Amino acid sequence: MSEPLAFIRSRRIGDLLPWADQVAAAERFDLSLAQVEDLTLAADILPGRYQRNRRMLSCADQRTLFNSRVAIIGCGGLGGYVLEELARLGVGELLVVDPDVFEEHNLNRQLLASPLDLGRRKVDVAVERVARVNPAVSVTAVPAAFDLTKGGLLQGARVAVDGLDSIDARLELASVCRDLGIPLVHGAIAGWYGQLTTQPPGELLLEKIYGRAGHAIASNGVEKELGNPSFTPAVVASLEVAEVCKLLLGRGTTLAGRCLNIDLLDMEFCEIRL
Amino acid sequence: MQIKVKLFAMFRNGRFKVSEFDFPEGTTCRRIVAEIGLAEEELGVIMVNGRHAQIDRILAEGDTLSLFPLVGGG
Repeated sequence: MSEPLAFIRSRRIGDLLPWADQVAAAERFDLSLAQVEDLTLAADILPGRYQRNRRMLSCADQRTLFNSRVAIIGCGGLGGYVLEELARLGVGELLVVDPDVFEEHNLNRQLLASPLDLGRRKVDVAVERVARVNPAVSVTAVPAAFDLTKGGLLQGARVAVDGLDSIDARLELASVCRDLGIPLVHGAIAGWYGQLTTQPPGELLLEKIYGRAGHAIASNGVEKELGNPSFTPAVVASLEVAEVCKLLLGRGTTLAGRCLNIDLLDMEFCEIRL
Repeated sequence: MQIKVKLFAMFRNGRFKVSEFDFPEGTTCRRIVAEIGLAEEELGVIMVNGRHAQIDRILAEGDTLSLFPLVGGG
């Protein structure tokens, strides 16, 4: 048995390794927190921070999540919550792509926006946030707009998550994901309303939702007139993360082939078969 | 023929949630969208009897047409 592993075993309490001991193992053996986390999970010991996951996720599930890379495209209302929830869930590698800096009008809803960070790049704040929340998770930050030429960024990603704010960019992301065979979890919001679907690898479901085949549509939806409150992105982002979790673990039933329409004003959830 | 039309989200504002209309045979989704006063560019998903449909779909007696606005924020 390796020395670090012997140390981890010696510090465990039941099947849990407390956070302080994960940090101690990293310092003592000059390992990263991520390396210690992987060793721990491989030994069927759960890092203590995940103990409330364990009735629904096994140690092997947690390791699958930790060894997964997920791309978050757009780091605003949806993307900020998606980042937070994936980091807390224990997905080990995150990619965030966003060209923008925080502005005052983001403060009503974007989890990562705060007055002190106005003017700073969203992806830089995202890196800092994950380092605070779950330092075993690594984040790659790309301060650029996603388009058809950025497909290379998605290499190695098991799932891509849509946190974009334009329909044109979403259709480009959907087409890149189709070509690369990566599942795409799509979410979009406007005021009290939202929608969600999962595009399976090799398909182009987003074109159905955005109607390009049948009629001309605007490049932005009704969000331009309705704005977005604090709760709608949190709801839709959380549903997106649940889809990602299932895709990574190959469990449950995703929204593939269905689009969920959400109306928080009348509290109606309507499913469309695509 | 009788067609049930369901509107979603803010398409309901100043209109209705669900209403039944009498339309002539051969009526398409596009004609109903126009008669209700919705702009095609604002239209997202069109659903007929629970399934996604195209705007030039010809409706049949008893169909339910559901119209959702385009949602694109993030």
